[in-house]
Amino acid sequence: MADEVMFEFLHAEIISHVVSSNENEKKTGDLSSLEYLGFSTGYRIIERLTKEWPRFKDELETMKFICTDFWSSINKKQIDNLRTNHQGVYVLQDNAFRFLTRLSAGRQYLDKAPRYVAFTCGLIRGALSNLGINCMVTAEVQTMPACKFHIQVQRT
Amino acid sequence: MSRQGTRLDTKTVNSELFTLTYGALVTQLMKDYTNVEDVNKQLERMGYNIGIRLIEDFLARTGSGRCYDFKDTAEKIQMGFRLFLGVTPTITNWSAANDEFSLQFESNPLTEFVELPDHCLNLKYANVLTGVIRGACEMVQMEVTSWFAQDQLKGDSVTELRVKFIKRLEDAIPAGED
Repeated sequence: MADEVMFEFLHAEIISHVVSSNENEKKTGDLSSLEYLGFSTGYRIIERLTKEWPRFKDELETMKFICTDFWSSINKKQIDNLRTNHQGVYVLQDNAFRFLTRLSAGRQYLDKAPRYVAFTCGLIRGALSNLGINCMVTAEVQTMPACKFHIQVQRT
Repeated sequence: MSRQGTRLDTKTVNSELFTLTYGALVTQLMKDYTNVEDVNKQLERMGYNIGIRLIEDFLARTGSGRCYDFKDTAEKIQMGFRLFLGVTPTITNWSAANDEFSLQFESNPLTEFVELPDHCLNLKYANVLTGVIRGACEMVQMEVTSWFAQDQLKGDSVTELRVKFIKRLEDAIPAGED
């Protein structure tokens, strides 16, 4: 089984690839392909992880699964805070997000932070999408290495 | 290491996350480049970047010292695979001059869920590994090259990675310094 460190290095390489190919095409700041990579990974992995599980009762239970079991197994720690307004908005707060802890905690690299959270945004969106929840996931980094993920469920 | 708060098997999740992310990356590269050779090259380059960092982790974890000969190196590369990918390839097919050997894999975590469609036959799916070996060896003053001689994805019975020793690198002093 592949070691965790492999994923971290791969993640870093993917970011560097996406960022540099964007620069070549003069699309600086466009992280959509990074998000999409996360989406397709999340979509596939969740199917494998939940195949032996009973069906989730409702949206809240699915959300809890994503924020507790799924989150802690990939990010090595539990989420620090989970809030919802019970109308389809969930806010996940991680005070030391895995991919930001290796960066300087000052303000110097704050503008680079989005590229380190885009993959995870996609991962959550993909996982939820395969579990039947369409949503939008955005991330907000105010002070490193804390990060807030906003999940907005799209109800039609 | 036990982690609280999950009912999933952390090791499996992370291993599959790696495998699937790699798959997503290869798919993305196939879209980004029109030429399959460019995809192979890019994968190798990414592997190289991973390798030059990974070697530090390897040295830190194993505390291994210098290699006495290339056979020693082969064993360390094998150990690296066990440590980072959880597979133990067999070392075989030494060349007469002892400067070339093969690593045979019965399974490869990178290709666990993969089937190559017909139009991708020139794609070297796991080419990142050749880059990792090159990068890691370069950081310990050894220039090697490696390539896939057989690949299970292309119908061979085993996956065979061939590694060849090129030369020892001498410490190079950056230009302009004494």
